[in-house]
Amino acid sequence: MSNPKYKWIGTRPDRPDGADKVTGRARFAADFNLAGQLIGKVLRSPHAHARIKSIDTSKALALPGVKAVVTAKDFPEQADLTVPAGEMQVNLRDVTRNIMAREKVLYEGHAVAAVAATTEAIAKQALSLIKVDYQILPHVIDVAEAMKPGAPVLHETLMTEGAKPPATKPSNIAKRIEFAKGDTKAGFAKAEVIIERSFTTQAVHQGYIEPHAALASASEDGQVQIWSTTQGHFQVRGFCARLLNMETSQIRVTPSEIGGGFGGKTVVYLEPLAVRLSQKSGKPVKMTMSREDVFRASGPAPGGNVHVKIGAMKDGRIVAGECTVEMQAGAFPGSPVGPACMCSFACYDIDNVFIVGFDVVSNRPKVAAYRAPGAPISSFAVESTIDMLCQQLNMDPIDLRLKNAATKGTKTAYGVTFGVIGMVETLQAAKDSPHYKTPVKPGFARGVAAGFWFNVGADSSAAAHVGEDGTVTVISGNPDIGGSRASLALMAAEELGIDYDKIRPVIADTASIGFNFVTGGSRVTFATGLAVVNSVRDLIRDLKSRAAKTWGVDPDGVIWENGMAKPAGSNVGTFEPLSIAQLAATAGKTGGPINGHAQLNVTGAGPGFGVHVCDLAVDADTGIVTIGRYTAAQDVGTAIHPSYVEGQLQGGAVQGIGWALNEEYIYNAQGRLANAGFLDYRIPVASDLPMIETVLVEVPNPTHPYGVRGVGEVPIIPPLATVGNAVARATGLRMLDLPLSPPKLSAALDAARPLMAAE
Amino acid sequence: MTDIQFKVAKTVREAASLMAAAKGKGRILAGGTDLLVQMKAGMVTPGTIIDVKKIAEMVSITETKGSYRIGAATPAAVIGEHKKLRKAWPGVVEAINLIGSTQVQGRASAGGNLCNASPAADSVPALVAAGAIVTIQGAKTRRQVPVEKFNSGPGKTTLKAGEIVVSLTLPARPKTSGDAYLRLIPRTEMDIAVVGVGVSLTMKGDTCVSARVGLGAVAPTVLLVEAAAKALTGSKLDAKALDAAANACSAACRPIDDKRGTIRYRTKIAGVLLRRATAIAADRAKGISRPAHSQQGH
Ligand SMILES: Cc1cc2nc3c(=O)[nH]c(=O)nc-3n(C[C@H](O)[C@H](O)[C@H](O)COP(=O)(O)OP(=O)(O)OC[C@H]3O[C@@H](n4cnc5c(N)ncnc54)[C@H](O)[C@@H]3O)c2cc1C
Repeated sequence: MSNPKYKWIGTRPDRPDGADKVTGRARFAADFNLAGQLIGKVLRSPHAHARIKSIDTSKALALPGVKAVVTAKDFPEQADLTVPAGEMQVNLRDVTRNIMAREKVLYEGHAVAAVAATTEAIAKQALSLIKVDYQILPHVIDVAEAMKPGAPVLHETLMTEGAKPPATKPSNIAKRIEFAKGDTKAGFAKAEVIIERSFTTQAVHQGYIEPHAALASASEDGQVQIWSTTQGHFQVRGFCARLLNMETSQIRVTPSEIGGGFGGKTVVYLEPLAVRLSQKSGKPVKMTMSREDVFRASGPAPGGNVHVKIGAMKDGRIVAGECTVEMQAGAFPGSPVGPACMCSFACYDIDNVFIVGFDVVSNRPKVAAYRAPGAPISSFAVESTIDMLCQQLNMDPIDLRLKNAATKGTKTAYGVTFGVIGMVETLQAAKDSPHYKTPVKPGFARGVAAGFWFNVGADSSAAAHVGEDGTVTVISGNPDIGGSRASLALMAAEELGIDYDKIRPVIADTASIGFNFVTGGSRVTFATGLAVVNSVRDLIRDLKSRAAKTWGVDPDGVIWENGMAKPAGSNVGTFEPLSIAQLAATAGKTGGPINGHAQLNVTGAGPGFGVHVCDLAVDADTGIVTIGRYTAAQDVGTAIHPSYVEGQLQGGAVQGIGWALNEEYIYNAQGRLANAGFLDYRIPVASDLPMIETVLVEVPNPTHPYGVRGVGEVPIIPPLATVGNAVARATGLRMLDLPLSPPKLSAALDAARPLMAAE
Repeated sequence: MTDIQFKVAKTVREAASLMAAAKGKGRILAGGTDLLVQMKAGMVTPGTIIDVKKIAEMVSITETKGSYRIGAATPAAVIGEHKKLRKAWPGVVEAINLIGSTQVQGRASAGGNLCNASPAADSVPALVAAGAIVTIQGAKTRRQVPVEKFNSGPGKTTLKAGEIVVSLTLPARPKTSGDAYLRLIPRTEMDIAVVGVGVSLTMKGDTCVSARVGLGAVAPTVLLVEAAAKALTGSKLDAKALDAAANACSAACRPIDDKRGTIRYRTKIAGVLLRRATAIAADRAKGISRPAHSQQGH
């Protein structure tokens, strides 16, 4: 499928980073090494909740080969100041406590000290020589438990923000938020059908294949270099500057190729520790997390409890919706409860909506962003309830959603009025898909659900440099987590009118390009794409002026067409068109190097909608779910590189299916994680799933020159309810709690069997 | 840091004497798919590693009068490619071929699976059902023991100091026999059995004349469930016999409640898989080729 409007956009060339990745040449964070480097290791708390009475590092420091030890004392106290990190907000006072525990350890795996030594074995031995005197405190893992009066309180100063009436005592509820539209009381009074249920979802990890790793080198004059795996090297720089009290210009961060992030690499864990250890030892320090460390200490996505009430007329028109979301923040405030609330009903045009959210701390690792943070959790509850409505009214799930779909001009509960959106088109495309048109196979049942995500814009910088032979380097500053280099190069090729393979997109370090916000919020192809387009337009302006100079005409008399400078009309004169290569060859005579650049704060991100369809079978004896067919339809704006857009839809769907079926954090009675590894934390394996079919619905975003919308996050939202709805239709049993793991589903089926037989 | 010695044995006797010389700090290296993982995790720190893959007797399959001798270190992939063995013991071969993934199959062995002594080891219930005999070499003597008597607990074998496993022998059996292995895992591969059931049957017409049942992951060691076998033997594999056999399997379970499954679930699944594995084994005994549709046989 190529886009008839364009030459390059909509084509599927190989990605610029592809050859290096398939041959193993690509360098991920743990592949970076420096001469004389030390190995850094972190000592982690074995307790879920404890006061640190003292830490004695003297024996570790005395061990031959140990060059430095750090604890919280080595990091300055931070102000109570909230700054953005990816799509989440973080408080610097909390971040410094998360990277290194201060007064208390708040979860098993919480860092309490770090060492740097000449070998890994010595570093490990040194950890065993550090004596931490803990006073163990009662812990709380579950959100509902953490909200109860009398629950162990994590932070003695935490008063619920936004509480009604205002909080007078510290608790684990960090915040209460509310969104309202219309009058739900009146809405429910009018409703002919009301359905109300409570749902729970579990914490899930982003499951990136590459564990966190960082290499830092501090020199005597105060300069610091960092190589790490991150979704935002500018954020690594910013965090390190704050947490270590340094100037940003002293820190240069180079991102490695990234082995997955999904939002989880928008925060820092190891980098500040590696820098401090390097400063103290005078040597480069390399740190790598094990998979266990990743599970115990890096941010998962939260679990949540969601209560939903929906009122509708008998014709399927929804007239009122209420939703309460209680969300895990982990050890420090700041769950994505805001977006969870905002996204809950955003797919629909409902007159009366009321949403309340609670941000709740408990003794778990601090949550981090994960594709569409928060949205899958509230969406699971709302989309399951809507499915129950469809069953009760005996309506087709797509038809009922079409009846209520948000369109241009729909005002959301969080205040925004939608511009051009593609919810209706996406529902229609799902309905017209080969999958939906095929009858369900015997033994299988079909589920449908929808999802919404805002997508974001924010700060981006880009530059385009012409080499002496006329080929072009496009420079940006966002780590490529989903094929963005290919998309940026395609847009540059389209704009410039030269071939894709004459453009080399690169990702520059923090000292070599202007600021870029993280790779997150599905923003890179949209916002950094716009910066690239603008930098290329700046470059074209320069190229035209060089042609004008060559011809001795006014720059306005030159146009750029198909990669050539041409006279704008016969009145300008007759000149042979000048190619970019010709202009590059004579650049020395026309003003020197030819470059373009752009920087901007991008607004107008186009929201995205997805509709998923799943056919599955449930083995009634074992509770095992087999997915037979799965289709993801999504409004993708314009698919710049359709293969990588499809890849986003497929990857998001797979992660959402894992969330629905098997993924969960299992804690033991001591508050320790029992499944900190990929064996017992079950993400789907390739053989678990059929090929995920995709339907790309192109409703261009009018605020972007090529109509780009973010596509990376929407696809993780619908699968939870899509799978749950199919299971409900396969078994006659509405499962309210994820995951739908075989033991759980089997027990529920066994419990329901006598009841169903009696009916 | 202590040094690790690496030795390559050329004969079974040499391997056994190297084991004896290592004084309890020796470890046999077959495919290494357990050993290396455990060493990396710091769970074991051998003094001497003794590679047995250069010993012909330990990496080959031979047939004598319908009885098969499988070298303990023979890679699973080699076993899977052995046509005659696959035909004679489809259940044993499918169990061995369920271990890990294609990559793991290239290395993993049945001997390693047995000696690692996990109660959830996939090949063992099928070997128990098959009535496999383990041949053991000590510094001086050889001995043989039925496979169900080999392990004594999670991670524990009955091997004495200096002993190694040489091979596994599957007895000859009548043509009208069949076997099957099913396991339950929450996903389709790269997982550990929540329950595993091996069934081996000999039929005479519609009547089951002899049966053996091996049950894994529900007790400290893989169990030979004689009560289940008894329920099947002499029956036409009718509903009553299957119920009794399934109940016997459930009753034999002494599982733990853990992150992989509840006691209730494991107990129930033991019965479910018994029924399904029996049906497949019976079909195979009657010459109806039945590939299991999925690992749970559904
Ligand atoms: C990714 C992955 C997936 C896996 N999936 C499964 C699975 O699905 N099912 C399953 O059951 N297992 C699984 N395993 C575990 C492992 O692969 C099996 O147990 C395998 O059969 C071990 O065989 P090996 O030859 O690699 O044993 P090794 O690792 O070489 O040996 C295992 C142990 O037995 C000892 N040993 C080996 N041979 C002898 C001998 N002849 N005499 C005395 N001692 C001996 C070794 O010293 C060691 O302690 C998996 C492992 C991995 C890494």
